[in-house]
Amino acid sequence: MNIFKLSIKNIFNKPLSSSISLALLVLGVGIISLLLQLNTLIKDQMDNNLRGIDMVVGAKGSPLQLILSSVYHIDSPTGNISLAEAETISNNRMVGSSIKILYGDNYKGFRIVGAEKKFIELYKGVIKEGKDWDNPYEVLVGSKVYEKLKINLGDELISSHGLRETGQSHDEGTFKVVGLLKPSNSVIDQLIITSPQSVWDIHETHDHDEHENENEHEHEHENEHDNREITAMLIKFKSPMNIIQFPRQINENTNLQAAVPSYEISRLFKLFGFGIETLSYLAYLIIIVSGFSLFINLFNSMRERKYEMALIRTLGASRFQLSTMIIFESLVLTISGFILGLLFSRFGVMFVSSLMEESINYNLNSLKILNEEYWLLGLSVLIGVVSSLIPAIQVYKMNISKILADA
Amino acid sequence: MLKTKEVEFNYDNQMFFKFQNIDLNSNENLLIIGESGVGKTTLMHLLAGLLKSNSGSIKLFDKELNQMSSYQLDSFRKNNIGIVFQRPHFVNSLTVKENLQLAQYIANKNDNTRIESILKNLNIFEKSNKKTNQLSQGEKQRVSIALAIVNSPKLILADEPTSSLDDNNCSKVIKLLKKQATDFGAQLIVITHDSRLKKHFKKSIEL
Repeated sequence: MNIFKLSIKNIFNKPLSSSISLALLVLGVGIISLLLQLNTLIKDQMDNNLRGIDMVVGAKGSPLQLILSSVYHIDSPTGNISLAEAETISNNRMVGSSIKILYGDNYKGFRIVGAEKKFIELYKGVIKEGKDWDNPYEVLVGSKVYEKLKINLGDELISSHGLRETGQSHDEGTFKVVGLLKPSNSVIDQLIITSPQSVWDIHETHDHDEHENENEHEHEHENEHDNREITAMLIKFKSPMNIIQFPRQINENTNLQAAVPSYEISRLFKLFGFGIETLSYLAYLIIIVSGFSLFINLFNSMRERKYEMALIRTLGASRFQLSTMIIFESLVLTISGFILGLLFSRFGVMFVSSLMEESINYNLNSLKILNEEYWLLGLSVLIGVVSSLIPAIQVYKMNISKILADA
Repeated sequence: MLKTKEVEFNYDNQMFFKFQNIDLNSNENLLIIGESGVGKTTLMHLLAGLLKSNSGSIKLFDKELNQMSSYQLDSFRKNNIGIVFQRPHFVNSLTVKENLQLAQYIANKNDNTRIESILKNLNIFEKSNKKTNQLSQGEKQRVSIALAIVNSPKLILADEPTSSLDDNNCSKVIKLLKKQATDFGAQLIVITHDSRLKKHFKKSIEL
């Protein structure tokens, strides 16, 4: 038996009031920790996939949409741009390197991206089995795609038009799996990648069908030497200084759109940062309420237990030991509240992560403790000490003789 | 062993007590008897070091209680004095055995065989693992005696141990207390208004 054990016994002796304070604290800590975790994980995931892409060029529309579609592959593209125009930009002296990407099809919800081979290098993709594509209609498959759809080397994939599962299927669009990529923890894990030529080929035949019915497009098709299109182009600059000037030039002087990913992403975070902030204020409020509830519990139990406090003193315990017991009781509750709160948030992260994986093929599993969570531990301890301070001082000043004489 | 001299005490200048001198030798038990309101509990708290007198001297085991700090009194109490209260008090979240273990812990002791032998001696060993609020009145009183003697005190102070008991139980309890004191080598001071106890003590004083 010792003071610490006694504190724990006292907590379990009052399960109802102890668990109310505990539940409030778990809720408060859990919400804050969940928000922190999700925020950090999404930010990490976003930054990780940025890979030094300075600028994205695509069709006019929402810049955020352009970034989300061509860098993160989670939104629909803004449209297509002509290959010739894209070439003009990539030949500009300010451009260090550029990667053209094309969309068009999906296989069971996973996007098929036509891209230059540099695209795979950008994400440090390594072939686990098989080889690179040599011919049109040969594809490399990202790790999450083949894991989820149980795709093997040599399988044939019949794609559907569009980026969602429900698009019409091209009977002629049969891709052959020639390589499987190792997990790279980046967007290519959830992509099926092929040469730009494959995508052009499929849609040429496809466009033919459409154009036969639409006369207005007919002449366009006839006199065009190169009507090939791409969806977007990822650009790295030679010098970071160009990020200020070049996108504006493109937006003002061409009918293309240039968007800067880092800028758009910080804008996005500002947008939902507001929601996160409001929620965390609410959670801090809950933590403070839990502190009050803890204080009231301790205060009441002090009154109920004044005789046993007096008894412990007459047995020879010092004032200090008794006050320590009260503070221990409070700390045991707040620290276990903190630990349970972290567990709660981890389950929350797993839950959200599984939801996100379902809908946008993003995986957010990480269970490391963030620096902010250590602050949260500090806060929990502080709440524990502050709410037990008045009861502890009361016990310290307790007049045992008077209490015993009143009995 | 115990020597008091002109001990005076007043509560907030309202109640004033002046106690007669006590002189008790080693190996003697003492009965202090008095009507309600003469300061019996006050005197007991003074002897236990729970209160400090305003003037006079209390010498217990050659130590002057009035000169000790509150911390020294706590330490003196846990090493020398066991107290049996009029109404038994326990730590309710603990079992009988754990209450006794807590008392030992406070006195920096840890001796489960002693706890067992005390509980057996008091005939409540089978209640060891019961919470104290599950005990009968008589059992509670015996556990409170166990709490008073578990740390082998040299002096047991008992405050009205028999006031609510009938004649039969009264004599049982006082015999039990005396036996425990003798068995564990402690002196016994009983403070009461219960004149039935007079016949059990050779030495008594009246307040």
